[in-house]
Amino acid sequence: MSIEWLPELGFFALLLALAASVLQAVVPLLGAWRRNPLWMSFAQPMAAAQFCFVGLAYLALTLSFYNDLFSVAYVAQNSNSLLPWYYKLSAVWGGHEGSVLLWSLLLSAWGLAVAVFSGRLPRDLLARVLAVMGMIAVGFLAFVIKTSNPFARLLPLPPGDGADLNPLLQDPGLIVHPPMLYMGYVGFSVAFSFAIAALLGGRLDAAWTRWVRPWSNIAWAFLSVGIALGSWWAYYELGWGGWWFWDPVENASLMPWLAGTALIHSLAVTEKRGTFKSWTVLLAILTFSLSLLGTFLVRSGVLTSVHAFANDPSRGTFILVLLGITVGASLLLFALRAPRVTTRGAFSWISRDAMLLANNLLLLVMMLTVLLGTLYPLVLDALGLGQISVGPPYFNLVFVPLSAVLSVFMGLGPISQWKSMKGAELRRRARLGALAALVIGIAAPLLYRGEWSLGVSLGLAMALWIALPLGRDLLIQLRRDGPRGLKRLSRSHYGMVLGHLGLAVSITGVTLVSHYGVELNARMAPGTSVEVSGYRFTMVSLDERRGSNFIADRATIRVERDGRLVRLMHPEKRVFLASRQAMTETALAAGPLRDLYVALGEPLDGGAWAVRIQVKPFVRWLWAGALSMAIGGLLAASDKRYRLRRRNRIDVVGTAPLEEVGR
Amino acid sequence: MRSRLLLFIPLILFVALAVFLWHGIGRDPAARTSALLSTPFPSFTLEDLDDPAVLHDQSLLDGQVSLVNVWGEWCPTCKQEMPQLLDLAERGVRIIGVDYKDTRDNAHAFLEQFGDPFTFNVFDPDGSLGFDLGVYGAPESFIVDANGVIRYHHTGYITPADVDRVIMPTIESLGP
Repeated sequence: MSIEWLPELGFFALLLALAASVLQAVVPLLGAWRRNPLWMSFAQPMAAAQFCFVGLAYLALTLSFYNDLFSVAYVAQNSNSLLPWYYKLSAVWGGHEGSVLLWSLLLSAWGLAVAVFSGRLPRDLLARVLAVMGMIAVGFLAFVIKTSNPFARLLPLPPGDGADLNPLLQDPGLIVHPPMLYMGYVGFSVAFSFAIAALLGGRLDAAWTRWVRPWSNIAWAFLSVGIALGSWWAYYELGWGGWWFWDPVENASLMPWLAGTALIHSLAVTEKRGTFKSWTVLLAILTFSLSLLGTFLVRSGVLTSVHAFANDPSRGTFILVLLGITVGASLLLFALRAPRVTTRGAFSWISRDAMLLANNLLLLVMMLTVLLGTLYPLVLDALGLGQISVGPPYFNLVFVPLSAVLSVFMGLGPISQWKSMKGAELRRRARLGALAALVIGIAAPLLYRGEWSLGVSLGLAMALWIALPLGRDLLIQLRRDGPRGLKRLSRSHYGMVLGHLGLAVSITGVTLVSHYGVELNARMAPGTSVEVSGYRFTMVSLDERRGSNFIADRATIRVERDGRLVRLMHPEKRVFLASRQAMTETALAAGPLRDLYVALGEPLDGGAWAVRIQVKPFVRWLWAGALSMAIGGLLAASDKRYRLRRRNRIDVVGTAPLEEVGR
Repeated sequence: MRSRLLLFIPLILFVALAVFLWHGIGRDPAARTSALLSTPFPSFTLEDLDDPAVLHDQSLLDGQVSLVNVWGEWCPTCKQEMPQLLDLAERGVRIIGVDYKDTRDNAHAFLEQFGDPFTFNVFDPDGSLGFDLGVYGAPESFIVDANGVIRYHHTGYITPADVDRVIMPTIESLGP
């Protein structure tokens, strides 16, 4: 069978997917409006069709990569015949066109998931939700077809071999990082679609909230993992040992995460207490809008960044128009139809509602801080006010105090009661944790290093203050019923515990690695040894190694502690054959309490190398914490009240703005 | 009706944001026009990166065409730019570094690991020179002619293609 026509087949599948998504966007929406069940039931099959066709297109592109079809321009730019097969598969999303195709694929996958798992949703709500998802798909598929066709050919003279995948991206972490991140970005389209559907239908109640919560939690979990993977990749692949650079692209993923965090908490209040409705809807719109903004910033080349892919104004314009229509229309809809602020369900300033509101506001302030820092250069430039420099100093200055305040409320939230409680009671509940956090926070740096440090004490006290109160509910249940009592707490409660604990763990990691990380640059030749933080690094030998598409200088370094061998480490300097690009391949000895990090710098005369050695205590905690947060999100999403809610299908078609009735 | 009007606030904020984004589109950020073009290099007095006892000022730039590169150890993109700078240095371009918001130790580690294309490095820990230059990140580069006048401003990193497409032609057009 000839594979030569695969790219054309893929493009054809994209056109069919666009057609399916247009139908998915229009017909069910009309059906919901005219109360026509047949038209409404169009939504599910079209969502399935859209997924199939985008899937086919994606498969065609993947096979083009696998079979080295270098007559396809995108394959020629991002692959090479020497590339190992697994990187050929991940090279599909190594450039702009494929990334957007992946984005569309994941969007249609989420759409299909909603179609399959939400059979018990009121029919008109499901029709509207899927119609909105169809609209988003129309926008993105049109974007792919119009400006970013991955199947464009280089004919009549195809190159003999490809230019190779960017060496920075030839890495296992990068195989999974973009899909995870996009799963998160795109996942928030579900919450967004639910919000728009609620505004259109005029119905936003506890049932609605129960439908949105698990989807938002899952999207949030994926985004958390995606961001953590990106940070982990930067840590070992950029060859720096840094884990967050406040790069525009990193910020672009952090903003929806912060807004999404606010969203999942606001949803909790809306479900439990029926309040914060407008706020929840606004956050759902905001979170997905920020995902789109992130996509825009990365794809349009408006800001310079390590990750910036293409610099094609037509693409930037298209995405901005898309962003403008999506966000503008939904915010207009929000302004016209959102529930007005009501006084019902009021709460006192000492209550869980109030703590969550404070946290929501803080998260939004943090998000705006990042937004401002990322876009400030652009705004000032546009106003002709000259330029200022925004970099890590700005972000660190603003973010650390905000996080400290946030953690104060995070500690109080789980031990406070809904609606209202006595201040004395909250003080009584918080007292022990506060005391322990302060004492351990202050004492730990003294015990660990024999020297006091304000930063370390603050960070540890924050982490403990968040973590310790989480044990209160567990203890109460244990004391009442023994281990059986623990079963009484719901999965979403444990999800919350894991999420908060995860942040505490991450804060601990950030604090310790920032303050106690040690680095040293040494000139090393075979036989040389240096000592860093009690570890003795000895270069044993230097040799050359050949990989499938690179040649590497490789050092063998023996690490000993107290005379005992800890590890043999092999840092490399690789030169890629196709692009002649040099890459530092870091050697890492990972451990729960510290990472040893060795990178080769430049060759020096006399057969020696400049070697960068770092000892990074507790750096793994950073990502372990993020993982725990993600697991918490998934656990909460799997709570049985979302699964066992077998309600009868009700068709409700409302038209009045929410909550307007009776005012 | 007042509370309904409040709900329009997010929309208004977004429209304002969109206007700025629209403005930014289609402008190659690497070729951002600088208000400083055709003006003399801002005056400064800063220590040398290697030797705190040595002070540099703007006269450093007189008499010879120079490429001024603003960089820092904290900037991952600067690392990617180093091969191009080394290439330019090899071709005889005089490159003056401005080590921006950095520490001496980190900067030395960076140069040791990635090579040192700089004729001199001016140490700018507080970013005062960077501020005068209107730098909003690193790396950024300026081409300064033999009279100390800024002739070209490059935002973001110099790609291998930029070396032959923009940097070398600009330097050659300004004469030896």
